[in-house]
Amino acid sequence: MSQYETVFGAIDDFKTGGVIAIDDDPKNYVFSNVYEVAAKSAPWERVAVGKNFEYVIEAMRAEGTSAWYSCAHDEFALNMDDREVTVELLKLDDPDSLVDQESEGGHKLAGEPAGRKMGWVKLRRGHMALLPVGSAYRFVAEAPACVLIQTIQGPETIERWADICQSVPMSA
Amino acid sequence: MPDSLPLQSEFKVNPADNQTGYKSFQAGSFQFSRDEYFAHISWPGGQHTIPADSFMRSLMRDVAWGFFYGTVNFDPVFGTTNYYGEVDMFAGATNEAYKAVGRDYTERFKAEDLMQIFKEMVSDWTNEGYDPFAAPMETGQAWGVKNGDNDEAVTRQRVTAKRMVGLPGDTPLRSDESGYPVNRMFADVDQGEPEVHVEPGFENEVSGYNLFAYLSRSDVTWNPSVCSVVQESLFCPTSEEFTLPVEHGNDRCEWFCQLSDEIIWDIKDGNTGRNRAKVLMRAGDIACMPADIRHQGFSNKRSMLLVWENGSPKIPELIREGKAPNVAVKF
Ligand SMILES: [Fe+2]
Repeated sequence: MSQYETVFGAIDDFKTGGVIAIDDDPKNYVFSNVYEVAAKSAPWERVAVGKNFEYVIEAMRAEGTSAWYSCAHDEFALNMDDREVTVELLKLDDPDSLVDQESEGGHKLAGEPAGRKMGWVKLRRGHMALLPVGSAYRFVAEAPACVLIQTIQGPETIERWADICQSVPMSA
Repeated sequence: MPDSLPLQSEFKVNPADNQTGYKSFQAGSFQFSRDEYFAHISWPGGQHTIPADSFMRSLMRDVAWGFFYGTVNFDPVFGTTNYYGEVDMFAGATNEAYKAVGRDYTERFKAEDLMQIFKEMVSDWTNEGYDPFAAPMETGQAWGVKNGDNDEAVTRQRVTAKRMVGLPGDTPLRSDESGYPVNRMFADVDQGEPEVHVEPGFENEVSGYNLFAYLSRSDVTWNPSVCSVVQESLFCPTSEEFTLPVEHGNDRCEWFCQLSDEIIWDIKDGNTGRNRAKVLMRAGDIACMPADIRHQGFSNKRSMLLVWENGSPKIPELIREGKAPNVAVKF
């Protein structure tokens, strides 16, 4: 038995900290919790929880089977939950016809795109998968799970900062 | 760069002291010496003393990070500011009291020149059995007179994946066999790798790895390393135990996502050092460190932290010119 217990969060089991201001506005820290955001989202909403110029981290509630997505650059998916999320990948026959190759961020595709099966990755907690440029991907999750996407802001990115972020100081 | 300073070109490594056995060093007009308990720094018009353990941990990070982003404050007085190719070394430049009476002092160096002398210092001042990257309970003591060295520890290369850890030809996974056992505080972290099914021909693209297992096997603390890359967006996760040795004053916004356990951050103003806030982060919490602060973290139980950096070289100038905000998101 380990002497130490490593504490992870889950979409239905998380405990948040916060900003304890001394002489500051808590809003400056854009503080939220990725599990809480996913818990309050609709399935497959990709809500920005981090933003640095054009780059974002999206928190996504995985639940059921997603649409197919594609992107003109690499993205990465990190499963934050102890529930399995499968990533399925297709090599697109004609990626340019589906997503402008100059565009940024994940794009939702209509229906199942034409392409060859590349394979799949089953992600459990702490597992990361590459969502490679030139492919299409979709997720399958039997139970709700929180997945982080490392990407660039795009048409699927939802910004609802005022709803998700701490705006009044936490007391010590 | 904010103001033009001449590049210093004088560097000296002085022979080992008869009493302590340590070499002393000179970079520009900064002088460095150490004895059994302390590192001593002097410059024209001032001197400063830092406990040796704290100084070595900070010096190690500054070396490993290549002066990192923005300002690395070893403590409230001494530090470096990176201008990417050139670097300032200062005493009191980020300290309200020193500034107010004009006693702050700064010199500028070519980064590779100062790095060279810092590397020699970290090598000479590290004794056998002491690892400045390690948490204090996991290594020997920094104290005492010169006693051997630990060059294997102090010359570790920082991990920088090109695309993602575990991809063919990229940074490899960690294992017992490769010399990365699971840390004692992460003994309960699941070590299973994701199940991956690859159709022939897609071995370079269909890939996943267990980031949490990877972090549980990190042999260093407070040493963010690049694990996945989207252009300039760098995921730099790291394992944290005890304190971040430095007060990091980034020149851009920097994001933290706490992946496990808990860290409390001490936030001070970047220019003055005045306390501004504490930020308590638990698993799943995500927060932005504004570009005008300095931060220092404290982690009792070893924890996993995702440090998220935007590596774009354009950002510091945009912030200095007022074209980019100190806060990443306004709402
Ligand atoms: Fe930092």
